[in-house]
Amino acid sequence: MSPAATGREQALAEGWELVVGLEVHVELSTATKLFCGCANRFGDEPNTNVCPVCLGLPGSLPVPNATAVSFAMRLGRALGCEVQGAVFARKNYFYPDMPKDYQISQYDQPTSIDGRLELVDGHTVGIERAHIEEDTGKTTHIGGGGRIHDADYALVDYNRAGVPLVEIVSRPDIRTAEQARSYVRELRAVLLAVGVSDARMEEGSMRVDANVSVRPAGADELRTRCEIKNLSSLRSLGRAIVYEAQRHVELWTSGERPRQETRHWDEARGRTTPGRSKEDAEDYRYFQDPDLVPLAPEADTVAAIDAALPPLPAARRAELIAVGGVGAADAAVLVERNQDRLVRAAVAAGADPAVTATRVVNDLATDNWSRVTPDGLAALVAMETAGQLTATQAKQVLAEMAEAGGAPDEIARRRGFEAMAGDDLAAVLEEVIADNPDAWDRYRAGDETERKKLAGFLTGQVMRATKGKADGAAINRLLEQHADQ
Amino acid sequence: MLLERAAYPSDVSGRITRAEAAHVARLARLRFRDEELDELAAQLSAVLDHAADVEALDVTDIEPTSHPHPLVNVMRADEVRASLERDEVLAQAPSVDSGQFRVPPILGEAP
Repeated sequence: MSPAATGREQALAEGWELVVGLEVHVELSTATKLFCGCANRFGDEPNTNVCPVCLGLPGSLPVPNATAVSFAMRLGRALGCEVQGAVFARKNYFYPDMPKDYQISQYDQPTSIDGRLELVDGHTVGIERAHIEEDTGKTTHIGGGGRIHDADYALVDYNRAGVPLVEIVSRPDIRTAEQARSYVRELRAVLLAVGVSDARMEEGSMRVDANVSVRPAGADELRTRCEIKNLSSLRSLGRAIVYEAQRHVELWTSGERPRQETRHWDEARGRTTPGRSKEDAEDYRYFQDPDLVPLAPEADTVAAIDAALPPLPAARRAELIAVGGVGAADAAVLVERNQDRLVRAAVAAGADPAVTATRVVNDLATDNWSRVTPDGLAALVAMETAGQLTATQAKQVLAEMAEAGGAPDEIARRRGFEAMAGDDLAAVLEEVIADNPDAWDRYRAGDETERKKLAGFLTGQVMRATKGKADGAAINRLLEQHADQ
Repeated sequence: MLLERAAYPSDVSGRITRAEAAHVARLARLRFRDEELDELAAQLSAVLDHAADVEALDVTDIEPTSHPHPLVNVMRADEVRASLERDEVLAQAPSVDSGQFRVPPILGEAP
């Protein structure tokens, strides 16, 4: 059965270890392109954001966008990199997506080097470099059933040509498909936290290539790797890595060896297919771009970037966990959704941390939660912990708070979720016991299994009598108290 | 030095071979006859010979430089400026379709 069908990823064959490094391209959310004043905007009519510079017309000269450079340095510092003097280089190749016939990138002197990214599980992945480069135009192949090799012709839109990118190259420190996904999620969280990209994989503003190889478990060597492209979701990333690693193990095991090449992930067929053999770096004939002078960040520029960096996801998770009562998994979800400040503010307003975290993680899984205020959330959690709302009712009230705003007590009243005072509940329970003496006796005399069964029955009777307004946990507490009397 | 010439063997005088010229032509998506390749190899060799002349200079005490101008950090503000009119742009193209440049089918994918 395929990994997709089981919903789980098969482990690599015994004795083999996965070695993955990721190259992630992110588009910077600047107003303009990297080297010209054309708008950097996704979804516009084709070829409406173009000028002599990004069309590569003769005589045009590129001038770097100060905000793009500043964003790249901010990202570098957020990834713990050294931000250094950098030089732009030309990467020469002939393809219609780049009308200059070269892409301006950074080669031997990139802006950021030697960083690290700490994942949710505490594993650290090294960052080799994060360099600035320009994006290419968008090519659409027409005819031939969408297959590149059979296309009749291609259409080119240069709106994306020249959009500022940072390519973040990790070290080959990733050992499982889940870790690869976790790395991308963490990187995305950092990008959003520092505000340099919207990092949307589905819109292509964040694109992931995976360098995959395998080696005998415990070995130090790096074997031949293949670069997997066309990974448009985290799901594709995980599946492609598992597929490719198994392909490599089979080749090595049968005495063959993988070829170093670029391969494409075919999501529909669940496999990778060979692309071109990877051109060597020397085939790109990199050289320093004579049109552009070096970037030389001053020490106080970097110090100012550091001072302005917001708290990063790893630190925010740690702060949330330090509140007490919030687990690592919940903290990761809350930070990823940017809801950690809401939870911390509600806790500061007196709410129980564990209940607050559970409620928000489980029942506020929406982008549309800005109407929920810390005080409102704290009031809701207080009602739930005081037994004035059942868990089910609390979920419904929170959903309405997110949808339409409003105070939880008013919403509860309007929905008829009237507080069921402890005395009223006890009275109802007395009646239920009186009506079911046999069940009550068996409950009192029963062992744990029997008690559980009969507690379920008695709770159901109380729920029926109260039309579901009673809190299951409160009934259980009352049952135990009664039985001990 | 960014451009290394290690991958393709040249003869002892450091001159460019026909195979090297053919490889560079392939990267540029250009096709030449053998006698043209030989002529180009000779011309490219002359360029390398010039580089070799420069390389022979003693530069021990000279700081490496990427640029003749003593300038760094020349940048512009992130402000949108008017783009070209699309009709004007596409009027330059030999073939146009649906507001886009129409190009021949491309073998292989982008690098």
